[in-house]
Amino acid sequence: MKKTEGTTRRDFLRTCVAGAAVLGASGRLEILAAEQAPAVAKSRVVIVRDPMLRGAGATVDSQRTQNLLDHAMQALFDVDHTAEPWKKLVRPGDLVGLKVNALGGRAFSSNLQLVEAVCERLQEAGIKAKDIVVWDRDTEELERAGFHISDAGNHVQCFGTDRAGYEEDLVTYGSVGSRLSKILTRNCNVLINLPVLKDHDGAGVSMALKNMYGVIHNPNKYHPNGCNPYIADVNMLPDIRTKMHLTVCDATTATYEGGPGYKPQYSWKNNALIVARDPVALDYVGWQMIERKRAEKGLKTLEAEKRAPSYIATAADSQHRLGTNDLRKIAVVEV
Amino acid sequence: MAREMVSPADVKFPGVSSSNEATQYAQLSLALDRRSFLKCAVMAGAACGISAFGEPCAALLPWAGGSAHSDSQFTVEAKFYEKLQTKKIKCKLCPRECVVGDRERGYCGVRENREGIYYTLVHSRVCAAHIDPIEKKPLFHYLPGTLAFSLATAGCNVNCKFCQNWDISQARPEQVPADYAPPQKVAELAKQYHCPTIAYTYSEPVVFSEYLMDTADAGHDAGVRSVVVSNGYMQTESLKAAYGKMDAVKIDLKAFSESYYRNVVVGELKPVLDSLVTLRKIGKWTEIVYLVVPTLNDSDSEFRGLVRWIKTNLGVDVPVHFTQFHPEYLLKNLPLTPVPTLERAKAIADAEGLHYVYIGNVPGHPAQNTYCPKCRHLLVERVGLTTSQMLIRKGSCPFCKQPIPGMWHA
Repeated sequence: MKKTEGTTRRDFLRTCVAGAAVLGASGRLEILAAEQAPAVAKSRVVIVRDPMLRGAGATVDSQRTQNLLDHAMQALFDVDHTAEPWKKLVRPGDLVGLKVNALGGRAFSSNLQLVEAVCERLQEAGIKAKDIVVWDRDTEELERAGFHISDAGNHVQCFGTDRAGYEEDLVTYGSVGSRLSKILTRNCNVLINLPVLKDHDGAGVSMALKNMYGVIHNPNKYHPNGCNPYIADVNMLPDIRTKMHLTVCDATTATYEGGPGYKPQYSWKNNALIVARDPVALDYVGWQMIERKRAEKGLKTLEAEKRAPSYIATAADSQHRLGTNDLRKIAVVEV
Repeated sequence: MAREMVSPADVKFPGVSSSNEATQYAQLSLALDRRSFLKCAVMAGAACGISAFGEPCAALLPWAGGSAHSDSQFTVEAKFYEKLQTKKIKCKLCPRECVVGDRERGYCGVRENREGIYYTLVHSRVCAAHIDPIEKKPLFHYLPGTLAFSLATAGCNVNCKFCQNWDISQARPEQVPADYAPPQKVAELAKQYHCPTIAYTYSEPVVFSEYLMDTADAGHDAGVRSVVVSNGYMQTESLKAAYGKMDAVKIDLKAFSESYYRNVVVGELKPVLDSLVTLRKIGKWTEIVYLVVPTLNDSDSEFRGLVRWIKTNLGVDVPVHFTQFHPEYLLKNLPLTPVPTLERAKAIADAEGLHYVYIGNVPGHPAQNTYCPKCRHLLVERVGLTTSQMLIRKGSCPFCKQPIPGMWHA
């Protein structure tokens, strides 16, 4: 994969200032200059789009995906060059896990091209290919999503927890007691979360926080009550909380209804990535994106349908503090 | 999920009859014939770990042999569900009524929607198989001193914070080692091991109802009965269809408050009470276990409310077992139930007029025995998990002829 040409800091900031937007409490957009939203005080959520991401075809273009990721990461870390963000994120010798979402088959899982782009940049930052593992719950699901399974040699590893197993010991937080994937506990010290932007009939929406259900052995137990407080509690489990350093949400194809399974009639080609280090802020922003699409399609809000994602507020509360859902503390940067 | 704890490994059978434990039990045997007693004592000892195999089901499922199993072997269309639009289904097995999308599973984790058809993934997928004394279930008024060929699959439709078998009950089928055990084979093995009964237990049989029904049919064809150890959290129609095939039922009534069911069990009380009433209406022999958890369900008022409900709705002859809690799973912060607490529960139940109130998980306690409610003579004496004396004759007290409800003779 080719390295993207570096963007200058000045060009980049110009783009950010022009495109930076923060969602209002009512869901409307307010333009806000990036300089007015200092990163130290706010959780930055970067949305990058490329209308030409697919060209004339149905699948996304690898090079354009790489460019999109680079723009997102540079905006997130406020740096000029493509390699810099990754060097802030990982060090040579780290074991890096890429937790994808492979439940939706080829049509609606974390994009292969996106995963390859992340792997490319990680290796440029000094991570050996064999120290990167792309994983989800089940190997067969990964294969159905188009991933090439590999668990040996000097390649990037890719397999499901069904091969590695779950830890014997139970870990608990709040209402949750689960066994964790050994891939998380033994094969990685840095976790990069690669969820998909989707509607979810139980949870309301599914993005960064919900994707961690793929780490535990008993996710089926934690769907009552809109997955609240379970999603927040799962994300409090120490191995998840301490290792998750970044979320790159694949919003190239997204759903606004009928989820979590893929229903083409309720999907749209969004051609976007949403990137953040704060999973709560990312989920909040992604939720608003889905609400806007629902409004555009004449559907009721999730609140009106009694399935608003209340777990996001729980994740931000004083018992969890996994991030913020307070718009005053979120800087949404659109590139 | 059941309170009956699955022992960590399977039993070797036979071969332990010369153990000290067996001899000790044998000396206590009075009314049982020596052969029956020894058989039971051997198995009780084995259940305590006297002899074990490393592989969970290897000894009892000899055809399994550790060979690879395909998912399709265990996948059978579910009996209790309705189809919805857009390939969704609504499960009608338990009161949760999970609405499950394509390629998703319900709360129990062992049923999956595939293209709008709902499948059980645990038919004949046995992850635990043991030979237990029937007293271990516990069923005290059902063929005392006999053995039960006991089995389980993965999965449960609740999530009790005190579950002793959480490693199988809270797991998905693919997460626990299992063997292929089709119904006819189970029936054959039960006969081979001199078990008059097959028991569905350890995890939660509600979630493997289809397998339970087929195995009960195969067992009855072969002259082997069936009992189930269950939480009773089930829809009425599925309960009638599945447990209607049972010869006896033990229900874990985990508390007498909705808040406990909501917070500790992750279920509901009302449907369980409804199940108990249904079982009575269809004439199914039923015993109740109430696990007394310190500070959570051990108040006098709750005991009294429970007992009065039983008396009014089920009658005074339903055996009730107040059993001791052991810290497990998500409730490791609580102590063992003090024996005086169990005795207080029994005293309240006795005072309210229930005839058969037992204390469980306290070896050697006299409230493990059955006494005639009329003349107070000792009728069934139990030591540990075995019955050492059984005096009931033709379903009655031999001293005063008072009928003693239950199934006493094969």
